[in-house]
This record gives sequence, structure tokens and C-alpha cells, in this order.
Amino acid sequence: MSELLKKEREIVIPGEILAKGMDFLPGENSYRENDNIYSKALGLVYVSGRVIKITPLSGPYIPMVGDRVIGRVTDITMTGWRINTGIAYSGILNVKDATTRFIKKGEDLSKIIAIGDYVIVMITQVTSQRLIDFSMRDPGLKKITGGRVIKINSHKVPRIIGKQASMVTLLREKTGCDITVGQNGRVWIRGTPEGELKAARAIKRIEERSHESGLTKSMETFLGGAQ
Amino acid sequence: MAYTKRLDDRQNDELRPMSAKAGVIPNADGSASFIAGKTTAIVAVYGPRELFPKFKQNPKKGLLRCHYAMMPFSGSGERIRPGTSRRAQEISMVMEHALLPVIDLKEFPNSVVDVYIQLPQTDAGTRCAAISAASIALADAGIPMKDMISSVAVGQVDGTIVADLSYGEESYPGIVSDIPIAMTHNTKQVTLLQMDGEITKEDLSKALEVAKPAMDKVYEVQMKALKDKFSVENKK
Repeated sequence: MSELLKKEREIVIPGEILAKGMDFLPGENSYRENDNIYSKALGLVYVSGRVIKITPLSGPYIPMVGDRVIGRVTDITMTGWRINTGIAYSGILNVKDATTRFIKKGEDLSKIIAIGDYVIVMITQVTSQRLIDFSMRDPGLKKITGGRVIKINSHKVPRIIGKQASMVTLLREKTGCDITVGQNGRVWIRGTPEGELKAARAIKRIEERSHESGLTKSMETFLGGAQ
Repeated sequence: MAYTKRLDDRQNDELRPMSAKAGVIPNADGSASFIAGKTTAIVAVYGPRELFPKFKQNPKKGLLRCHYAMMPFSGSGERIRPGTSRRAQEISMVMEHALLPVIDLKEFPNSVVDVYIQLPQTDAGTRCAAISAASIALADAGIPMKDMISSVAVGQVDGTIVADLSYGEESYPGIVSDIPIAMTHNTKQVTLLQMDGEITKEDLSKALEVAKPAMDKVYEVQMKALKDKFSVENKK
């Protein structure tokens, strides 16, 4: 007989038995050993049909193709820029993926993007050895000017954005700031100094209370009226 | 004279009062404290991050690196010189071996997970407290783990089998043995087994039997620490 031992959205720690029997299948961050399905991470249980998966509450950002991330330029190479996104693996932004403008042979690349600049880029390729390629040739991808970049847990990014971007829209309206959220857990805020502080505080609060229900409502009262 | 009553009035299989907390160091990727009696271990986990020196990088999987350190006036004896020592290096190594069987770093090639252990106060059983704390901290850091590792010492003091020895018992005049053990929770596989002192073959198997229920008590404390950090009630 198969039996599910955990409730939906229950917190489990690594090695906890999630289900007994062969009727369930292990999904993300879970594994089967003999008849049982075990958890492989600290996270929340989600059951969809027969598949049990664990959504982690913490952990490193795993680079995925198509993700928009915010990174810092750490080096300039012959053909592009090396960008650190806050994980163990840095990536390369090639000149041809960075700009449409013609670049002369031997031109100083630091005139375009300098070391220490923050950029919004998209991941175009990740190899098994975690060599990452970036691109900046989509709308919204650019070098960051002004404002501030704050760091949050990358697993909380969906909560900062909210359903149909409801949370980030609320933050933009109430603080009057431009807010861009990178999938790697870096958030760029630009606005008035007071607005930026207010937005940064609100984002930290969302990160802390991410698994509360009715978070958008409670954030509305936290942010109060218009700025 | 046989050892009939324990120095701190515990039952023979009773552990020292334990408490644990996850997320004690906000700047670390994962952290935990584990207190057993007068022994306190604080663990911070950083990573996965880029591994230097580069020749240690492994393109197939990430590396786990432990750094065990007792603080200068943590023990009841003389001042301990800060920095590494032969003993600290050995314990760091056995900790790596104790934790590695459950940790899956295949997803993080060429990287390292650093585990820093500090012991502000010690009263025997430091490596056990350190392993129990490190297991909580690694789970808190979101490192993929198949199981939790719990650790406790058992031993024999003047002919009596006891669990979780204190420093007074370790240095008891008479024949004493101290056996730190670490096990996985589900399969009860032994990942650490060391011994200091003398024990008979029969007493050793009896001591190992005492260890299993003791592990479960440590596991309860570890599980509570992790769940408490994320439970909704604690955010109010």
C-alpha cells in the first residue's frame, strides 16, 4: 500500500521519509531508496499527481538558460567581459553579444563596460562544467547606472516578483523606484534616496516572511499610502 | 571501587542537556550552534564557491572542507594556541569523512563548500557536537543531502557503559574509554568511529548498542532546530 506521509507545504529536512510505496514518484530534490521516497533538501513539500517534489528554502543559485541575472564585471578579456553573478562560477559576455555597435580592432573595451560595473544580462548557455555565456542583446538588458544593488536569497525571487508581478508592481508604485529583480537574487533599485531605502527595507521584509500567506496584503499596509 | 553513580547524576544512557539553533550567523550561507552540556559548537558554512588553490579543483564534483578550531580558553586546562594544530587537522579530516557520505556535490564541479567550526567552550565530545552542528548548518545552507548525520560519544568508565562522556569522566582515574560515533539517521550507517582508552570486546558491542537510541535523541534536536528557523510562528 502506498501512503503519503507529509502534508502539502510542510517543511521537511534532508533524509525525511516523504512517502511509502511505489505509487509515488520522486521529483526535484527527492530520491527513492527501496520502497520509500526521501527528501534531499531543506524545503517545502509539493505534490502534483504522483510526483513529490521539494522546493528548497535556501541554497545556491543554479544558473539556467534564459534566466535574467544581475552581475558584476570582474575582468576584461580579449573578446569580452568576465561577469560574476554571486555564485562559484563566473561567466563570459562576448563583445558580439554585448553591443550592436562596430568595435575597432584594439579598442579599449573598458570604455563600453568597465571593471566593477553592474550589468543585467541573460544566460544563453551553461555547460556541464558550468561555463556560462551571457547576452545583452534583448530589451531590458543593459549596463546599470545609478541606484543600488541588494542581495537576497535566490529562492525568494518568485515572492519578490509575486503572482503576475503583483508584488514588484506594488513596490514600484509605493516607492516610486525602478526595480529590476535578477533570478540570481540581486535586485537593482533606482529612485529617490528615501524611496530606495524604503524599497530595500520592504524587499528584506518579504525575504524574511516569504512563506506567510497573504503577503501582498500585509506588504500593502507596511508600505502605507503613496510615497 | 566501581563507577556506579555518574559525576553529574545522569542515568548511564542519559545525554547531557542539548539545544541547537539554525541560522545563528546571518552573513554565512548556512550556520548552526549545538550545545551539549558545557560543550558549545558554532558552525558557519560558506559556498559552494570558487576553489583555490586551483589544483585542488575536481571537474567531477565539489569539495567539502572542514576547519575545526577550539578557542584559546575554551577548555578547563591550559590556554590552547590559536590556529591549527595536529589535533585540529585530524579532527577536520575525520569530520569531512563523517559528513561526505550524505552530501551530494555533483552539481557543483570545481567548487568548494567551506565548513568553519569554532568551539567557544569545551567539556569533552567536541567533535561530536561539531559534526551534529555541521549537519544542521549544511542543511540550512541548502546543500543537497541524502540524510542527516547525528553524532554522540559513548564509552566505558571503570567498567560502566555510559553515553555522552564529560571531561570529568574522560579523565576519571581508572580504566576509561571514549568512543565518538557518527551515524546517518535512516540507515544507521557508521560514518565516524574512533576510540581512546581500553575496552573489552563485549563492552564495545554493548556500547555501540547504547549509541543508536542516543543518536535518535540528537536527531530530534537537529530536526527541531531546522524546522524552528522556518516555521511561520517564529516570524511574528
